[in-house]
Amino acid sequence: MPELENNLKTAGRVKTSAYPIEHYVADIEETPVRATDSATAEGAPSSLWREAWRSLRRQPLFLISAVLILAILVVALFPGLFTNEPPNSNCLLANSDGGPAPGHPLGFTQQGCDILSRVVHGTQSSLTVGLFATLGVLVIGGLIGALAGFFGGWVDAILARIGDIFFALPLILGAIVVVQLPFFQQNRNVWTLVVILVSFGWPQIARITRAAVIEVRNADFVMAARSLGVSPMSALIKHVIPNALAPVIVIATISLGTFIVAESTLSFLGIGLPPDVMSWGNDIFSAKSSLRSNPSAIFWPGLALSLTVLSFIMLGDALRDALDPKARKR
Amino acid sequence: MTWYVSRRFLQLIPVFLGATLLVYFLVFSLPGDATAAICGERGCTPAVVTALREQYNLDEPFWIQYLLYLKGVLTFDLGTNFSGRPIAVIIAEVFPTTAKLAVMALIFEAIFGIVFGLIAGLRKGKLFDSTVLVLSLVVIAVPIFVLGFLMQFLIGVKLGWTNPTVSGDATVSELILPAVVLGLVSFAYVLRLTRTSILENVKADYVRTATAKGLSRKRVVVVHILRNSMIPVVTFLGADLGTLMGGAIVTEGIFNVNGVGLTLYRAVLNGDGPTVVSIVTFLILIFCLANLLVDLLYAWLDPRIRYA
Repeated sequence: MPELENNLKTAGRVKTSAYPIEHYVADIEETPVRATDSATAEGAPSSLWREAWRSLRRQPLFLISAVLILAILVVALFPGLFTNEPPNSNCLLANSDGGPAPGHPLGFTQQGCDILSRVVHGTQSSLTVGLFATLGVLVIGGLIGALAGFFGGWVDAILARIGDIFFALPLILGAIVVVQLPFFQQNRNVWTLVVILVSFGWPQIARITRAAVIEVRNADFVMAARSLGVSPMSALIKHVIPNALAPVIVIATISLGTFIVAESTLSFLGIGLPPDVMSWGNDIFSAKSSLRSNPSAIFWPGLALSLTVLSFIMLGDALRDALDPKARKR
Repeated sequence: MTWYVSRRFLQLIPVFLGATLLVYFLVFSLPGDATAAICGERGCTPAVVTALREQYNLDEPFWIQYLLYLKGVLTFDLGTNFSGRPIAVIIAEVFPTTAKLAVMALIFEAIFGIVFGLIAGLRKGKLFDSTVLVLSLVVIAVPIFVLGFLMQFLIGVKLGWTNPTVSGDATVSELILPAVVLGLVSFAYVLRLTRTSILENVKADYVRTATAKGLSRKRVVVVHILRNSMIPVVTFLGADLGTLMGGAIVTEGIFNVNGVGLTLYRAVLNGDGPTVVSIVTFLILIFCLANLLVDLLYAWLDPRIRYA
């Protein structure tokens, strides 16, 4: 600073002198030449995922839903930790529609089964259907959408038309039609239900993936990879798909909740999982006839179901906020 | 405009054909005897089976079956169900109830969704906004049959404000509760959509201009913000009308509303293939038409979309 002041003083003196100058010219030594071509790398490079994680950690919605989902996973994997009642047994008709009793805090169903035990053991089937249906939709819908978006042209046209046809048939409606077919009537289990849900649920993910891939396809780094001689397929797998993943993951998280609802809706209608499989939908189906005398038999599985779906929807919402830079700016 | 409408209409045809073909294929050509459901456990005599197979064209090749069915659809002859009643008559009987229910649900979700969304959007970040946002997530998460039973139990049984179930007449006052249940999820979507749309438009240049030239706050909100925010909301509502008509299976089941959904559900349980195919075809047609309506509405509401 003193130097600058000095300079100004000099400048002032020069200005008042007989030879006024118009430009101030700095001394040549004032800006030392540095190696500007080198960049210092401090800390790890910041990627979309790292940024997203940083903003996620501070979001209450994410923290709540993550804790809930972890808890639900623990219940699904280790039901024995939460109830001493073995599944599907110890049901005494003497306890039919009974209220809370020692060791049975939530009361009994119409069949005299412990409600807590049924809710805890039902977690597994609902979650299995949701998780595997989402995985299946991600693989099939993701693949079809990525191919359609990346290659465009007639591939896109054909795949888009097929998607439109499936789109005209809503998930539940299509599932209801298929479920009553003799083949599925004879093989009713978690896995056939997953197949049905995937076959009517993939167009949504395909549409989202297609849009995301088209956006990334024309990016410079894909062009660079292609000009370096990378084949279209490996450019798609290595460069396009990882960068188009964000919106797909958001929708997949939300649709996990949708699939759980779809499973329980079908079970509720009496055409989903077979009656001997413990699931929340089946429990609500069998409790609806005694709604007036024993509402808690519907309330608890309904609550478990709603909390599970809510936590996946909240997670999806939080992920959308974190992964969508446009939304973050707001 | 005429060109745009006709082009969109033509695009519908392959989708409709493909979807009906898919349903027809699923119901009639996967393994399993289609006549088994009529005959029951004791089985029919071979002569009856032959007559039935002939009546429903089951001995023809699949393509011929489908084309014969399509010919029936196009001439409004949907055939008879397994108990011998004409399916077209059944649909004509139950459709008015479903349509009434769907329209009531639509009115409910439109009015409440837009009003709540508008208030939340104008007070972004305030208590009302955040409460409504969280509540809407909860409404979206709770499955419709849980919501339905909850409302039926609280309002119909405990408080006794309405009948828990709907009679055969399905009067408007009886349908209020089912319509609210049916529209609740979409209400949450309309609310969130309106809020987002309002938030985008509040910052638009023309809103600042309108405020700057001294228009009252009320006029700015109603004429400039709300009207321009309605484009995505109206398109959602249009598409939702189709979904509501088809998605009423669960609601109609809970409240015992004798509509299209309940009829379809009964047909599914009875293994009544012709009725299932006809009702699903009918619903697909409604979805397709609702989507067409949405596209036209969209083009009409937003002048930036060209008809070319």
